[in-house]
Amino acid sequence: MVRSLTQTAALIGRARREYAGLADKVGTVGLWLLIGLLLLVGVIATRQNLATGIIVGSVYALGALGITLIFGILKFAHFAHGDMMMFGAYVALAAFVGGGKIGPLSFGWGMIFAIFVSMAALGAGSIAIDRAVYRPLRRRRSGAVVLAIASLGIAIILRAIMLLWWGPDQKLYVAGIHPARQLPFDIRLKPDQLFIVATCLVLIALVYLLLFRTKMGKAMRAMSDNAELARVTGIDTEQVVMWTWIIGGALAAVAGVLLGIQSNLKPELGFTLLLPLFAGAILGGLGSPQGALVGAMIVGISQEVLVGIDLPFPPFGVPGYKPAVAFGILILILLVRPRGLFGKT
Amino acid sequence: MLEARDVVSGYGEVEILHGVSIAVEEAEIVTIIGPNGAGKSTLMKTIFGLLPLRKGKVFFAGEDVTGLAPQAMVSRGVCYVPQSDNIFPTLTIHENLEMGAFIRRDDYRGRMKEIYELFPDLAERRGVRAGKLSGGQRQMLALARALMLEPRLLLLDEPSASLAPNMVELVFAKIQEINRSGVAMMMVEQNARHALALSHRGYVLAMGQNRLEGTGEGLLNNEEVGKLYLGG
Repeated sequence: MVRSLTQTAALIGRARREYAGLADKVGTVGLWLLIGLLLLVGVIATRQNLATGIIVGSVYALGALGITLIFGILKFAHFAHGDMMMFGAYVALAAFVGGGKIGPLSFGWGMIFAIFVSMAALGAGSIAIDRAVYRPLRRRRSGAVVLAIASLGIAIILRAIMLLWWGPDQKLYVAGIHPARQLPFDIRLKPDQLFIVATCLVLIALVYLLLFRTKMGKAMRAMSDNAELARVTGIDTEQVVMWTWIIGGALAAVAGVLLGIQSNLKPELGFTLLLPLFAGAILGGLGSPQGALVGAMIVGISQEVLVGIDLPFPPFGVPGYKPAVAFGILILILLVRPRGLFGKT
Repeated sequence: MLEARDVVSGYGEVEILHGVSIAVEEAEIVTIIGPNGAGKSTLMKTIFGLLPLRKGKVFFAGEDVTGLAPQAMVSRGVCYVPQSDNIFPTLTIHENLEMGAFIRRDDYRGRMKEIYELFPDLAERRGVRAGKLSGGQRQMLALARALMLEPRLLLLDEPSASLAPNMVELVFAKIQEINRSGVAMMMVEQNARHALALSHRGYVLAMGQNRLEGTGEGLLNNEEVGKLYLGG
């Protein structure tokens, strides 16, 4: 009797595990099919929106990469990331004093200089914030929720500074009309937009090299895998944390500036960025750098493509539904596969 | 070489060790056995600086290392291999070994070569993600990583835990091989009979206190140890 009961229990346990494994596989295949369908629809119905989606997605990727690195290494959701991006855009605005034009672009070397100033400022600023706020909390062994709420506080402070210093009105780097150019496949893009994609690709390649080819990058991945073991092995974890903030902050700065070039600057834009950034990072699997790239790109493309299709019901056809698309992706992924496309089990 | 005197330690409010003393001499294998909750792993973590030491002293190579952080112990030549989760699963085997050498500022390629000679299975699969390895191979990788720093003393927390019987043999054989090259070992083990058989000396802990000590063979033949910890 007892024996048959334990046997039954073992059988049920095994069936359950097999079911869970199957559900996971179905979920994964389903997600990739959906993504494929999205791209197909984009290519057939609205190539212009697909192109815009790739541009927006590549900027999101820079932000999501920072979020996923910070989550992997410091184990908390960094809610100040969107405002940090916008802050970076404003720092570049302050450092941008004109300086001619590079080829067909709307700006010149002055902008490249401003981007570097902003990267340095946000890298250093992130370390300062860590020393002042997050490190004392870490030392007190505060949990992930406390750190996340602290980052929300930082977000509000950053936004208040932007409002005080630069005012609530929309700002532009370079005023005037910058005409788009006709490209093959019925796509029209401004030269600035090609600059955005190229810059993102170069930075992503650099981050990849850093993570997989340098000692500090490998230590970052090691600490993301198992922070306690990293400490036991003798890895200088405070140094790893410092580099994580430098990279996260510098990437956020560039992403903010590129977004400012693509549209405009406004203090509250930073907060609205959080939704697509987290949707992208979670879709890819929090903590996975490759995942953040793919996830953010999918979120960017989904937003633009779905909104570009002319159907009489939401979210199609109405740009105002873009945040709803990101939110929908977030809910879907959390229901179907919470660990994301490339996440660890 | 290592000496811990009257160590008092525990987790939070709970005191687990009530004054334990042990010593490890140059090139010795010392095993600590005892029932669950005796404080074996706690002792090891306290010596390595993972848990705060409330009272007592720890000396290593003649130097007072009481209360030093793990990183400081590592730089003095003491490496620790945790019981579980002791590899970086998304890093390759080779990258795991590189992380073992993180604090080295010199050229460690020679050491890497030696380690691969000692663990030929790892050498063949150096580009494979460590998460894909079997339990026994993971334990080998954890040992190999700890050896990258050419430590003088290895602290091993239950190296045979949750391994298949034939892997236990291999891991213990490797431990003896490493010891013969001059590395001292302090090991906590559930697999008491096997561990004592290859140990120079052993300690029995119970209820957070020293109970018995002796040579490995002496403890194996001890009637009380036999009855209580070796299953009769």
